[in-house]
Amino acid sequence: MKKMPRLFTFAAPSRFYGLARWCGPWLYGVAAVLALWALYIGFFVAPTDATQGDSYRIIFIHVPAAWMSMVLYLAMAGWAAFGWAANARLASMMARAIAPTGAAFTFLALWTGAFWGKPTWGAWWVWDARLTSELILLFLYLGFMALVEAIDDVRRADHAGALLAIIGAVNVPIIYFSVRWWNTLHQGASISMTAAPKMASTMLSAMLLMTLAFWAYAFAVVFMRARAIVLEREGGSDWVRALALKN
Amino acid sequence: MVWDSASDFFAMGGYGLYVWGAYGVTVAWMLLEPLLAARRHRSALQAVGERDEQGETQ
Repeated sequence: MKKMPRLFTFAAPSRFYGLARWCGPWLYGVAAVLALWALYIGFFVAPTDATQGDSYRIIFIHVPAAWMSMVLYLAMAGWAAFGWAANARLASMMARAIAPTGAAFTFLALWTGAFWGKPTWGAWWVWDARLTSELILLFLYLGFMALVEAIDDVRRADHAGALLAIIGAVNVPIIYFSVRWWNTLHQGASISMTAAPKMASTMLSAMLLMTLAFWAYAFAVVFMRARAIVLEREGGSDWVRALALKN
Repeated sequence: MVWDSASDFFAMGGYGLYVWGAYGVTVAWMLLEPLLAARRHRSALQAVGERDEQGETQ
């Protein structure tokens, strides 16, 4: 039983606050280095695509952004559910901190997709299963954010948001498998666990490096927002007051 | 080397509008969002400080 407190040490908002402050600059640094490395490979090493020309280079941000949009949604729903089930304040705060970044990556996946769709399909937008389910993901994020902001009692707001996030999570596998379940214009999965990569290794490495960069970026910005939310909600506690006096 | 010149690079084989339109918005947002989050943190810290001052005078 002696080890239990250590596992949950950072569940205390005060401890988490310190950890997040320490991690922030490192995470931004890692994100910047990885992104520049990915851009270098994506623009100066990877060759022009035989069929799509240079328009395909959008893939290096489009696919990572789309992955992040789904992963962050599951993380948000998971924290929201845990915060509700275990009555853990910090978990609910994490869910709120993730939502805007997840919404942003969803928007960027749609935006970069539109700028890729226009030259390759001839249309900015089509009501295709993959595109439509991703648009619904954006509405779920926005709905979560609007709902938790609309309810004044913060814990009640957390619970309502958790319910919406959990129900909305059904959309994530729908997005992922949409290219298999329906006839769609959108191409199939870029990376599959069961098949050999369908793209050149330079293209693949640029995409994976950018994904790691987006991960580091997401952690950094979510931690910063979570610190703000901790202060907003724990403003009356002694440690927050002590912190405010120091600064 | 993939590109012959800088203008060749920016033209992106005729897809410049699409490639830079996609990358431009992504980069702009990823520079803006950390600033917004930092600003929210700063104002939260300030609010705590103000609340503390009010508490002391009461």
